[in-house]
Amino acid sequence: MSARIVPLADAIAELVHDGDTVALEGFTHLIPVAAGHEIIRQGRRGLTLVRMTPDIVYDQLIGAGCAAKLVFSWAGNPGVGSLHRFRDAVQHGWPAPLEIEEHSHAGMANRYVAGASGLPFAVLRGYLGTDLPAHTATIAPITCPFTGETLTAVPALNPDVGIVHAQRADRAGNVQFWGITGVHKEVVLASARSLVTVEEIVDELTPVPGAVVLPGWAVTRVAPVPGGAHPSYAMGYSDRDNDYYQAWDRISRDRDTFGEWLTGVRA
Amino acid sequence: MSWTADEMMTVAAARALRGDTRCFVGIGLPSTAANLARRTHAPELVLVYESGTIGAKPDRLPLSIGDGVLAATADAVVSVPEMFNYWLQPGRIGVGFLGAAQIDRHGNINTTVIGPDYADPGVRLPGAGGAPEIAASCGEVIVVVRQSRRTFVDRVDFVTSFGHGSGPGDRARLGLRGRGPVLVITDLGVLEPDPDTRELILTRLHPGVTAEQAVAATGWPLRAAAAVTTTEPPSEDELTALRALTGAKENP
Repeated sequence: MSARIVPLADAIAELVHDGDTVALEGFTHLIPVAAGHEIIRQGRRGLTLVRMTPDIVYDQLIGAGCAAKLVFSWAGNPGVGSLHRFRDAVQHGWPAPLEIEEHSHAGMANRYVAGASGLPFAVLRGYLGTDLPAHTATIAPITCPFTGETLTAVPALNPDVGIVHAQRADRAGNVQFWGITGVHKEVVLASARSLVTVEEIVDELTPVPGAVVLPGWAVTRVAPVPGGAHPSYAMGYSDRDNDYYQAWDRISRDRDTFGEWLTGVRA
Repeated sequence: MSWTADEMMTVAAARALRGDTRCFVGIGLPSTAANLARRTHAPELVLVYESGTIGAKPDRLPLSIGDGVLAATADAVVSVPEMFNYWLQPGRIGVGFLGAAQIDRHGNINTTVIGPDYADPGVRLPGAGGAPEIAASCGEVIVVVRQSRRTFVDRVDFVTSFGHGSGPGDRARLGLRGRGPVLVITDLGVLEPDPDTRELILTRLHPGVTAEQAVAATGWPLRAAAAVTTTEPPSEDELTALRALTGAKENP
């Protein structure tokens, strides 16, 4: 077994430090929720959290007081409604004030692409006419040197740590994932250090249609965490727990019920 | 069969989608309507979700834009950067189907904050997601939203997705390629941009709704088109298909 493959708690202790910029990605699918809970358990503070869709896992990290800043493009409970802990932090500074840096999905995706590509910025047709550039310093107009057209530039995202969940890895630490792959490849390659939690370790990565393989040497640590995406899902292993997303609305709505949930995670 | 105002809205929105279209679908009301269209008059409609699923054919209504049923039934599943860069940005998607927390007189959409101060918002909403670029790059945009004075405002507190700005020519000046909002379908009727001013005006009322009701539910002095038509009531087939999708069992 590769030395790259370690228990989740060891991986978080080694890779995630107070004050780091940390991106947990997974576009509805393959969200590394268990890794988020481990960050809460280990009591990390002052993190800059990066994620296109801060949903339940970031509501939990924000409510637990791990975050100083959030870089994002859509902060909601998908199909259900608001993120109450996120709103409480932005509107009331509870449990701590939360600085925000707000983008669109297209902008965030391109920032990861630039980060993975070793470029300082990415170019897109985006944000034109919106109020986002007036409030987000990391959005700027740029003139095409060939056509003179005005486009939009966004700087690369290069997190200290990128964390994703995947279906499986082999014993050498090569990682394989399929289904909705989101920005998985980009965030792993853009980050200085990376962790992939997996449903299982297998002898051989048999081919799957549409699957992405990340060679083990491009990943810092792999941790086996069966069910580690719950309430998100891992195609071929589990279904999205839509009932839990609905239930989170009630759990997170007030500080006391959230506090009870937090006690359970920390126990 | 009798129906609710929400059902009328969803049916009207579904009818606006032609079968030969590729539709970028937001979650919630737009997703219900797009799935209804595919199950009734537009079986060839290509549903595109920002999670990367192209040509999804869900047999039940997805709760999120990334439910497993979308990936499992799609013609193609692509990464999120590919979805926005290769498929949306060059104008390959005909219709963008969006919701709104606020929409204004010129069809600009806010899903970011309610209140005048971004730094200290009255209500913090989820934010942009894919909407700004969907509104910019799709051939045209259809908005599905319940009509009230809270939602239909003279000027949005925050422009998350650009509609027609403050009038004619604004989209062209910015170099936006799509036509922007062409239909706003509500639980009361349909608003469309006036060809000259790009201001949203009332063009259609759902059965049983009066123009006065629509005016009362709008935060600017809503003008009516020269001829306001009445929406065809939902057919039994449409209602049956819709209720099968949403799991609604009883008639209101």
